[in-house]
Amino acid sequence: MDLDFWLPLFFAGAMGLALLIYVVLDGYDLGIGILLPFAEDSEKDIMIAAIGPFWDANETWIVLGIGILLIAFPQAHGQILTAMYIPVTLMLMGLILRGIAFDFRAKAIAHRKDMWNAIFAIGSLITAVSQGWMLGTYITGLGQSGISYLFSVLIAVTLPALYILLGSAWLLIKTEDELFDKALGWAKKSILPMGAALLLVSLATPLISETIADKWFSFPEGLRLLPIPLLSMATFAGLLWLLSDQKTLRSGREWLLYAGLILLCVLAALGLAYSILPDIIIGQMTIWESASSTKSLLFTFWGTAIVLPAIIAYTFFVYRIFSGKATALTYE
Amino acid sequence: MPDIDPYILARAQFAANISFHILFPSITMGLAWILLFFRLRFTTSGDKHWEHAYHFWVKIFALSFAIGVVSGITMSFQFGTNWPGFMERTGNISGPLLGYEVLTAFFLEATFLGVMLFGKNRVSNKVHLLACALVAVGTSLSAFWILSLNSWMQTPTGYTIENGVFYVDSWTAVIFNPSFPYRLAHMMTATMLTAAFLVMGVSAWRMKQKVDGPGTAKIFKAMAVMAMIFAPLQVVIGDLHGLNTLAHQPAKIAAIEGVWETERGVPFTVFGFPDEDTRTTRFALEIPYAASWILTHDINGEVRGLNEFEGEHPPVAIVFWSFRVMVGIGMLMILVSWWAGWELFKRKQKPSTWLLNAASWMTFSGWVAVLAGWYVTEIGRQPWIVHGLLTSAEVVADHSSGIMLSTFTGYMALYVFILVSYIATLRYMATKPAASLLAMDQVPGQATHQQPAKGA
Repeated sequence: MDLDFWLPLFFAGAMGLALLIYVVLDGYDLGIGILLPFAEDSEKDIMIAAIGPFWDANETWIVLGIGILLIAFPQAHGQILTAMYIPVTLMLMGLILRGIAFDFRAKAIAHRKDMWNAIFAIGSLITAVSQGWMLGTYITGLGQSGISYLFSVLIAVTLPALYILLGSAWLLIKTEDELFDKALGWAKKSILPMGAALLLVSLATPLISETIADKWFSFPEGLRLLPIPLLSMATFAGLLWLLSDQKTLRSGREWLLYAGLILLCVLAALGLAYSILPDIIIGQMTIWESASSTKSLLFTFWGTAIVLPAIIAYTFFVYRIFSGKATALTYE
Repeated sequence: MPDIDPYILARAQFAANISFHILFPSITMGLAWILLFFRLRFTTSGDKHWEHAYHFWVKIFALSFAIGVVSGITMSFQFGTNWPGFMERTGNISGPLLGYEVLTAFFLEATFLGVMLFGKNRVSNKVHLLACALVAVGTSLSAFWILSLNSWMQTPTGYTIENGVFYVDSWTAVIFNPSFPYRLAHMMTATMLTAAFLVMGVSAWRMKQKVDGPGTAKIFKAMAVMAMIFAPLQVVIGDLHGLNTLAHQPAKIAAIEGVWETERGVPFTVFGFPDEDTRTTRFALEIPYAASWILTHDINGEVRGLNEFEGEHPPVAIVFWSFRVMVGIGMLMILVSWWAGWELFKRKQKPSTWLLNAASWMTFSGWVAVLAGWYVTEIGRQPWIVHGLLTSAEVVADHSSGIMLSTFTGYMALYVFILVSYIATLRYMATKPAASLLAMDQVPGQATHQQPAKGA
């Protein structure tokens, strides 16, 4: 087998998977963080409890994603992170604020709790916005022109909407009664802006990147892409129906909204992968050009092949331990 | 915009971040094992005091861990944003080592931390003990990989270079490079001491303030015993580490000792002010022949001086002084722990006020020693990023100094804010009377009101 060919492809896939898992998992943490100011004080504790045992591990997926970029594609890693210096720095500060606020609010003197709640929300919002900015910069092929910035801004406001939806969907799974109703309301409010933004981004993408436009609108290769927008639209319609009908969500199948959103994210990721691959920096560098030596990749491959299934297995184990509706967190 | 060399700013920013970061792992790595010990003592003896000790300290552990994680993430990104050339040149080596850290350590500790912190009611005691153990193993595994990479940067082996890019010859040689075993042992012992003195110091402070529970004295004693063992052990490990450095990085040793010219029978300078312009150490207080004896175990042994490393040695004064701060605190640690041992075991008395005062003053001594130690080894590696092969200046990113300066200011403000909040919170928790120790089984804030468990 031709390792020089397959290993970079494997790691590109692993990186995409890690970042997808990150968006789906930490997305709900960040969304709940952004929603925190809109809840009553008593509800805030439950919302925090809904993410308490998970957020730390969820956040680790972005470390893995960036880690793979660094391990497998060191040539691209430096260029990408240098070009994204400002949004990356902002995101890191957001992540720092979110993470410390989570722990400080539980231990701080009572009158400081409001301050930590605010920091938690602001940190989550900064993180979400800068991740959108990063994604935008990435899709434009690290473009520095005015149009590129505009496009990045567009995605920067889209991503928080997606995270808010994920957060609301997670709250449906983890909460009951009034907070459940509130979460449904938040989901209903955010789904249309999210859908509109997603559509806008999809329309803008081929305009911003010639490489992507060539792939989408070439015949007949472009047809292979067709199932993705069709399925996305069907999924989106399904989500709209779930939220307007509400009966399904209220009859013990509240996980459907979160599942539907995961499907939407998977489809978006597939579309993105189709548009980008085999480049790692769009229009500039392919995954093979930027890959580490095959020997180094192989060394990491074996570790990944053994450890990643174990990680997924114990992640499931821990999610099962904490399954069911969230109750107030105790260290008991 | 102020005209400051972006290279200096990149270094300052990374140094600030890594200094801030290491404070927290140096607590959690040791504290994870101490918490496991508390849990095991309770499980085997049924003594409630150990359980209370666990509950008190697991909160501080959670807080320290969270700060360690978020500042650690910052570092993983700053490799790319500040030192892109480092990854481009050494990616074949540093990439997999960092990757194994994420895969084997980060997920393990982050995932089971959830069970450790919030799962005690949901799983059996055995599974909870296992979660505590896995978190401890995870933190130590993390140290294993990152120290392996750091050691490789100090004493690179197992590589070949083609067109400026490093390739791996032997993974065993890369991972178990010459300075790695010493650095790992030195750092792990340092974290044990940092955590032991933190727990001891806060316990002493609580006893002094008379807010302690009956178990606090037990914890104090256990930590004193731990420090009595690890503090002298650290001297032995540190000495071996130093000899290893002499063999592989003689310029660093020359800076540590302030030896300007290669000589025989070199004295050890206890105090003094090294001056690189005049190449002298002013106001030097010296012990004759001591440096030769320590480094070569022969009073007339030859020590290579800084003159042999013209333009390739680290800044002298800061390395010289950091070393003395580190060693000084190590000596204080031996003194305080053995004094505690003498009072607690030989005279079988309650700790005296003097001892409690000394121990509370030593609460954060581990931090100072760890930072000083890392400054010795990291600044001591300069101007190299990979010793003898690649300089830091070659791999720095070319951001404008304006951007670097503003992000640097942002990070510093954030770190100062977090540090102040951390110490204030620690103080607040330590001040709570022990009567509330029982009530504090409930996390304040997260459970200000009891929700009936539904559907769980």
